Amino acid sequence: MRLFLTVGTQLSFERLTGGVDRWAGACDVRPQVSAQAGPDEHRYEHLEVEPFVSPSRFNELFEQADAVVGHAGMGTILTAMTRGKPLLIMPRKASLGEQRNDHQLATAKHFEGRPGILVAWEEEDLAERLDELVGLASAPPSEAAASPWASERLLDFVRSFVRG
Amino acid sequence: MKEAAPRVLAVASGGGHWVQLMRLRPAFEGCEVVFLTTEAGYAADVAPARLIVVPDANRWNKVAVARMFLAVLWAVVRVRPDVVVTTGAAPGYAAIRFAKLLGARTMWIDSIANSEELSMSGRMAGKHAHEWLTQWEHLGVSGEARTRRGDQERAPRFEGAVL
Repeated sequence: MRLFLTVGTQLSFERLTGGVDRWAGACDVRPQVSAQAGPDEHRYEHLEVEPFVSPSRFNELFEQADAVVGHAGMGTILTAMTRGKPLLIMPRKASLGEQRNDHQLATAKHFEGRPGILVAWEEEDLAERLDELVGLASAPPSEAAASPWASERLLDFVRSFVRG
Repeated sequence: MKEAAPRVLAVASGGGHWVQLMRLRPAFEGCEVVFLTTEAGYAADVAPARLIVVPDANRWNKVAVARMFLAVLWAVVRVRPDVVVTTGAAPGYAAIRFAKLLGARTMWIDSIANSEELSMSGRMAGKHAHEWLTQWEHLGVSGEARTRRGDQERAPRFEGAVL
């Protein structure tokens, strides 16, 4: 099992990265976890950490992964959906200084329950959701990958605006 | 009516903003498109189209913001776009302000991440953009809920989402 953990292009997310590390260490069959962990000073025993990755490296790690774990950022969610990768998201909380506001909580609410998307609301849920994610990634893919393009309505609107 | 092949400057900072901009590419077919972002590694995403890279800036670093604005100004002067389309954030705001001064038509598409309220840069840019879109129906003029107090006079439109 190969996982890719990504916390986005700006901030570290130690609650998530630490939780995944502890979970990986406790697994009977050790998953291989590549982690794009941001500016994070901690040492993680069970993760292969790269603080920041180039876009091409990001694509490579994404492609190689059986499933993806991330903060509830739209880049992560849209990329997982278009590539048909099972995804577990944990929203950053403003109250813990993980983000300026709680838009990731709203995002997670909107995407929870979509096929192939799991949400860990709290640190305590993380191990259980990660086990579920491994289950999803082990089953044959049931959902087709999402379209790489915006909705027809938005494309038409932008197209006619651009054309003047 | 414009003649064929308008020149489009398509702007997004790195991460989710860029991923959303990429999903709009079919709307630019037949146009001359120049992309502008904060991450040089995205060149492969848009090749053979041109990619202009500007320094990244967050709102707490005034020097970085000034540098970014100057880089965007220079890009706009060089490209002379007929149209600017941006999914945010700060470089998109800068591009809208400068390109509008030079006569371009401008469109701000607020990130799909902003499902409960518009982003700060979105509220700022919305005042200036010719078209101001939200990706959530309940935040748009066609929805029931209105944008927060202070935005009443001009609310964004909802015309679909990048998903």
